[in-house]
Amino acid sequence: MSIFGFFTRTRSAPVARDRLQILLAHERRLAGQSDLVAILREEILAVIAKHMSIDKEKVNVKLDCGDNVSTLEVNVELQDIPKAVASQA
Amino acid sequence: MMPKVMVVTSGKGGVGKTTSSASLGAALAQRGQNVVLIDFDVGLRNLDLVMGAERRVVYDLVNVVQGDAKLAQALIRDKRIETLSLLPASQTRDKDALTEDGVQAVIEELKEKFDWIICDSPAGIEKGAQLAMRFADMAVVVTNPEVSSVRDSDRIIGLLDSITLRAENGDNFEKHLLLTRYNAGRAARGEMLNVKDVLDILAIPLLGIVPESPDVLNASNLGCPVTLHMPESTAARAYAEAARRLCGEKLEVVEPVERKAGLMSRLFGRKAAVA
Repeated sequence: MSIFGFFTRTRSAPVARDRLQILLAHERRLAGQSDLVAILREEILAVIAKHMSIDKEKVNVKLDCGDNVSTLEVNVELQDIPKAVASQA
Repeated sequence: MMPKVMVVTSGKGGVGKTTSSASLGAALAQRGQNVVLIDFDVGLRNLDLVMGAERRVVYDLVNVVQGDAKLAQALIRDKRIETLSLLPASQTRDKDALTEDGVQAVIEELKEKFDWIICDSPAGIEKGAQLAMRFADMAVVVTNPEVSSVRDSDRIIGLLDSITLRAENGDNFEKHLLLTRYNAGRAARGEMLNVKDVLDILAIPLLGIVPESPDVLNASNLGCPVTLHMPESTAARAYAEAARRLCGEKLEVVEPVERKAGLMSRLFGRKAAVA
């Protein structure tokens, strides 16, 4: 390797260190919550399924942890709404 | 001394769990400690091979857990070190063969005979890995200076703090970092995470640094822990020193230096953090 090659060689370790620190800060905050989302999903589904028919594949539960505000977003696509419920709406 | 149950774990595969279990176990036994190594990798056993005992396996951990064999029948006594024994994993049965109660009973029985019960964990975070750590008093987290290994070690540390029996009971759970396959030259040139990087990120005490060395591969080729096969090699010395730290000696961890370095820096290698 030429002397120029020696000086221009990329020092990739600092990049690795930075990437890891950012990633792990995020992953540690989420640790244990992946289970929580799954539990919430199942329990919310069970409640809704008692009253109307839903497709389990068309349910989306999302937990978003921001610095100031955290939100729980539940999206359920309904199949056929019972007439009684529809007329009340 | 109270018997110690120590899990050797990492999350990621191929970082040196089995080699480190064998080498630390042998190093402790060479110091006169009574040591048993348990292979928890059901279906993919390898500790027997690394220990050179692959042709002596008759019964295994699953046989003992299921009551098909007595513990004494399954234990393999090392031919070179009298105080070292091995409890192999089963090669054929499925992973569900191990139960929590069964594993606990085996470990309790081993505690009557041994000072150290070293549980060589399978890779991953599934049932086998969880059972290997469940009844441990302490852990050695084996990590390579490489992004995927460090990430998985971080995950394993989280798991150790949540699913071990000690953590569940609110007891202190010691975790030690064993940095393996360390290439001092590449770390110095910024091509590889260095000791400080990994320690800053994982934030657990350092048990030792095992340099990348052909002697380690040679030793496993021959089925002999490196601390026995080549006790003077840098890797063997690193394991032997780690074993002394496990026994409570306050021994500073010296960061390895590049082989090409001059005599002075070789003699006075830069000091790293202490365990």
